[in-house]
Amino acid sequence: MAESYRRSRWTNGLFVVPYLSVFLTLLVFPLGWGIWLSLNKVDLFGGERFIGLKNYARVLSDPIFGQAVKNTLIFVGVSVPTLVILGLFLALALNKTSKGSSFLRGLFFASSILSVTIVTLIWRIVFIPNDGLMSLIFEFFGWQPIGFLSTTGWSLFSVGVATVWWCIGLPMMLFLAALQQIPKDLYEAAALDNASRWRVLTRITLPSIKSTIMLVAIIQVVMQFQLFGQAQLMTNGGPAGSSRPIVMYIYEVGFLRWDIGMGAAASQILFLIILCAAMLQYWVSTRKEEVDA
Amino acid sequence: MSASISIKNITKRYDSVTVLDDINLHIEDGEFVVFLGPSGCGKSTLLRMIAGLESITEGSIDIGEKRIDTLPPGQRGVAMVFQSYALYPHMTTRQNMAFGLENVKVAQDEIDRRVNDAAKILEIDHLLDRKPGRLSGGQRQRVAIGRAIVKEPKAFLFDEPLSNLDAALRGRTRLELAQLHQRLGSTMIFVTHDQVEAMTLADRIVIMHNQKIEQIGTPMEIYQYPASRFVAEFVGSPPMSMLPINSIENTPDGVTVEVSGAGKVVTAIVLPPEFNATNAVIGIRAEDTAVVAAEEDGLDLTIKVIERLGDRTLLYGTLIDGTDLIAEDSGRSKVKAGDMVRVSISPQAAHIFDGDGLAYHSQMEV
Repeated sequence: MAESYRRSRWTNGLFVVPYLSVFLTLLVFPLGWGIWLSLNKVDLFGGERFIGLKNYARVLSDPIFGQAVKNTLIFVGVSVPTLVILGLFLALALNKTSKGSSFLRGLFFASSILSVTIVTLIWRIVFIPNDGLMSLIFEFFGWQPIGFLSTTGWSLFSVGVATVWWCIGLPMMLFLAALQQIPKDLYEAAALDNASRWRVLTRITLPSIKSTIMLVAIIQVVMQFQLFGQAQLMTNGGPAGSSRPIVMYIYEVGFLRWDIGMGAAASQILFLIILCAAMLQYWVSTRKEEVDA
Repeated sequence: MSASISIKNITKRYDSVTVLDDINLHIEDGEFVVFLGPSGCGKSTLLRMIAGLESITEGSIDIGEKRIDTLPPGQRGVAMVFQSYALYPHMTTRQNMAFGLENVKVAQDEIDRRVNDAAKILEIDHLLDRKPGRLSGGQRQRVAIGRAIVKEPKAFLFDEPLSNLDAALRGRTRLELAQLHQRLGSTMIFVTHDQVEAMTLADRIVIMHNQKIEQIGTPMEIYQYPASRFVAEFVGSPPMSMLPINSIENTPDGVTVEVSGAGKVVTAIVLPPEFNATNAVIGIRAEDTAVVAAEEDGLDLTIKVIERLGDRTLLYGTLIDGTDLIAEDSGRSKVKAGDMVRVSISPQAAHIFDGDGLAYHSQMEV
């Protein structure tokens, strides 16, 4: 009897078949198909012709793609640290059992459940010239109005503000969950050890949630590299492409210019960029841990 | 370095629930005091109030000449060893021990000296660069004690520090704690619900029950002269047997009590004239009984359960009226469950408890 349990039998594999079939159908197959498309000349009306890496050469030599990559890198470089730091700050401030903090946690998380359409609608009302909230505030103080959605530099900033507002709930909740896992007696021991609030934060709290900080950062890097809806709906990538992210470029090439092959090639490049960024982060964090140990 | 601790009229309430009620206690400089009591009696709360981890509702606490209950925990001059050890998981043993000293800006060479000295005392010098995750339970326990030692506190506070260790390690650590106390000569307060730890470690035991101190005394005072029925039943293993008293007859040498199921028991206890016999009981420890030949005077005990402990045998039985009694026999006892044996009791060692649980002891030396 015991022998039959120990032996590896092919029927055991049936237990993973449901998951594996979903995984293969919805993840592995589209990924492979995307790679295949990127090596072909394809348009939306059908017809495939293998052209090797020519799509990649076209994408990489396209200055608009270069601009989209630059925009996306700036966006990720600013929004991800903001989301991590702000999320951590909110979690630290709301890590209490009072009714007020429960209410505020709910409030900060509420934006996450809105659709991108609603989020951009709200922020267009804030940033729109003449009757927008910001223009009213600027007018009240007698300042020169800024075209938040129509000025190079400000347009990407405005998309960033809307994104942070929309996405802050998840990092905050993940940090709160991590903070609540820290044993209370560590703080009691620190109190008996005469630790100042700053020392408690830097020597007890932050090291205890290090892995969550890394998790949040990687999740946000992956998510923010895929910026699309906010830019599309708030600025349409403008002015002069200054807020066009990579995904919007892919959308325009694939679905407006019907050049599926080139869109697929740009997608693969984005995939590689995200993979490298996440791996780099993981590598930096684990290397630091080894040095610590 | 070490100092006395005075607890004056301490009361702790959570809204309408009173956890500690008007506690008064003085602990001498260098004394090892154990707070002993069942779960929920408030012993840990009292310790945490001394540490500053719980606020006090009324009263004051002094360490030495200084009132400390208004100070934050880190400035009270006490060090605490937690039940869970509460070691900082991402710091090495050395960093764990040094953390408190770094916070008060002790010079680095002094920190190194103290950490190395404490590590040597506790034999953890080879573990200084390991993190807690790579230490066994016993090693973590030592690091936690080391973290307390390096602070050179006025008093050490231990909150059930042995309860997470296995039985063998607990015994060994108990012995080492006793040696550590001798070596350091510091004031130590130790909270436990384990009476063996209390009996073996304490200079004095503070028995707590129902938000109050039930008795303070040396281990032998507590064991031989329990102040109340609660103490008598809580301290000692097996617990003291309690036999209901039907009537009392005063004689010059002590009272003779009529016990249901056991007849008359002559004791050397002198009771005051106002003694109320309602619900009074006589208490007898197992070691104050002996199995005797059937023709000798004694009580007939029907044995239900036998516990053979090697050096002695415990006989759990009932008297003819159904009252439970635990008796003791030698390790080589031939008694079996279901047997009826004759048991004699040593009258000098008996205790009488009135209906309120107040104890009366024999005047003779036991």
